[in-house]
Amino acid sequence: MKLWLFTLYLLATTSHALQVTDDRGVLVTLTQSPLRIVSLLPSLTETVCELGRCDRLVGVDRYSNYPDSVQKLVQVGGGLDPNIEAIVALKPDVVLMAKSSRAGERLEALGLKVVALEPKTHADVQRVMLKIGALLEVPDAQRIWRDIDAGVSAAARSLPPSVRGLRVYFEVNQGPYAAGESSFIGETLSRFGVSNIVPAKLGPFPKLNPEFVVRANPTLIMVSQSNVNGLQARPGWHSIRALREGRLCVFSTQEANVMVRPGPRMAEAARLMAQCIARKGADALTGGNP
Amino acid sequence: MNMRQRVVWLVWSGVVSAVVLIGLGVCVGSTGFEDLLSPLLNPQVDPVQTAVAQQIVWEIRLPRTLGAWTAGALLGLAGAVAQGLFRNPLADPYLLGSASGASLGVAMALAAMGGGAGMLGSSVSDSANLVVSVFSSSLWVRVGLTGAAFCGALLAVLLTLALSRGVGHTLRLLLAGVVVGVVLGAMTHLVLLMSPDSLQAMQAFILGSTAFVGWTSTLLMAGVWCLCFVAAWLLARVLDGLSLGDATAISLGLPVAAMRGTLVAVLALATGTAVAQTGLIAFVGLAAPHLVRSLVNTTYGNLMLLASLAGGTLLMAADILARGLIAPQELPVGVLTAVLGGGYLLWLMHRGPNRVAGANP
Repeated sequence: MKLWLFTLYLLATTSHALQVTDDRGVLVTLTQSPLRIVSLLPSLTETVCELGRCDRLVGVDRYSNYPDSVQKLVQVGGGLDPNIEAIVALKPDVVLMAKSSRAGERLEALGLKVVALEPKTHADVQRVMLKIGALLEVPDAQRIWRDIDAGVSAAARSLPPSVRGLRVYFEVNQGPYAAGESSFIGETLSRFGVSNIVPAKLGPFPKLNPEFVVRANPTLIMVSQSNVNGLQARPGWHSIRALREGRLCVFSTQEANVMVRPGPRMAEAARLMAQCIARKGADALTGGNP
Repeated sequence: MNMRQRVVWLVWSGVVSAVVLIGLGVCVGSTGFEDLLSPLLNPQVDPVQTAVAQQIVWEIRLPRTLGAWTAGALLGLAGAVAQGLFRNPLADPYLLGSASGASLGVAMALAAMGGGAGMLGSSVSDSANLVVSVFSSSLWVRVGLTGAAFCGALLAVLLTLALSRGVGHTLRLLLAGVVVGVVLGAMTHLVLLMSPDSLQAMQAFILGSTAFVGWTSTLLMAGVWCLCFVAAWLLARVLDGLSLGDATAISLGLPVAAMRGTLVAVLALATGTAVAQTGLIAFVGLAAPHLVRSLVNTTYGNLMLLASLAGGTLLMAADILARGLIAPQELPVGVLTAVLGGGYLLWLMHRGPNRVAGANP
């Protein structure tokens, strides 16, 4: 017992303090790299696992479902409505969450360490990965971003040049909310050289007047399976070129999860999008009438 | 001006403002205000532009604008019926819980038809054809959702009435209505939580949306409005009689109980139909009858017509603002009606307590 305590003492004194500034601008100080982690955002969960520290997760939010191993962990509610009590009961060394969640202050008041991060753009994703890497003391966190970057570039290269300038509409949900040029989805599409019908000035995920889409007349529409129903039957939409010519990328629920999470699977998302663009859009511009 | 002339004058101003707003509604869209009428009238100038203009006006803006009017008319009518039926100026489709009931009906229908896959936690959603969208424009889906909304609304009103043990006690009635509304609203969220697939679409729906209203929805609402209006108009003299008290109404030989039941059904049908097509749009049902009563003291028959016109105009104006203010993005129309209708009611109350006319004209 004494020996054990001594070892613990040694560990405590030899391990240096760890400091990370999160996206709220709060400097979070930990005595050592966290061994018990709760993650309240799927993309952060995936990042922790990609960094090889999946075994340190003790609890996740209800939407975190990848990799499979996290499905066995304790679920502590959603990112926006987390179960504070359940989180405290897990005695985590750190809670990773989105900046937008209100739970941070409450958890901090209860004595927990909170690192709030906001991956919204490609640059954010890169920064968030480095931060989590520093937090988990993973030496080469930059590697993940390099892999994503290489994956997106490879996906872009796999596309035939004929898809350049293809007019694409990516519908996030039936609001209709779209993924604009300034969203991370839009950034990937920009790297493919296709043109997004929703310009950056409208913000990352604007709620559009459906008439805007009819007027912009996209050549290709990307949508998840849960939102595809009734697309053709929306007032005026049957005349949209993408729907007339059947140029529709429908992503399954699992694929859509990959698409909408700004995390380590962005390369896979890029590959899925590129495959569909190549399949559905390659001949669109050769037939004249761009 | 006597009462009759005043009513006629108000009907005309309601019709004229509706026509003006329809004209405006056709010209306001994702590009803000624009003149689409000239390419429509001069097709020889630019045939391509004319085809686009024709499609946008005929398939999108016109049904949407008219749809906003019919939905507003239904809510205005429902408000007038509710206020007369319950002899209460605060009664409106929302305060009595019928709108919450209607949206619960819609949510349950959606969960049963499409979101069920999510509820079971399996990936049955591969059978995409079974998934029904809240914004679908197929006639049978619309009729089905309307039926579900009607059942929900009817159930909610009956529940409110049962809890308040009749309409005699104003405070009890309103309290029961608020409780039923909150409980059914919470149940709607519970249903949505269990079927995440329909959650996203329902979120837009709960805020109120006229974005996808097409001809099917518009014609359905117009048909139901005609039906409800005729029924309410025929029964209006019961409401006039009721405004003198139950005993007087019965002594006039009116079959009060049966007619009350019919009016509750009219209220539920009008609310349910509007909610099933456009979601939860606040304050139109409350503001429209008050707007009319602040201008004229009249019989319930006239009030039904005038409240419909006022509700239609109010919602149509709100819809045009929702599309125009931050085009090509959209504001949720329910937020605007709350601001417009609520602001109007506040102003009315500010002018003096006597100006917010009681339900008894």
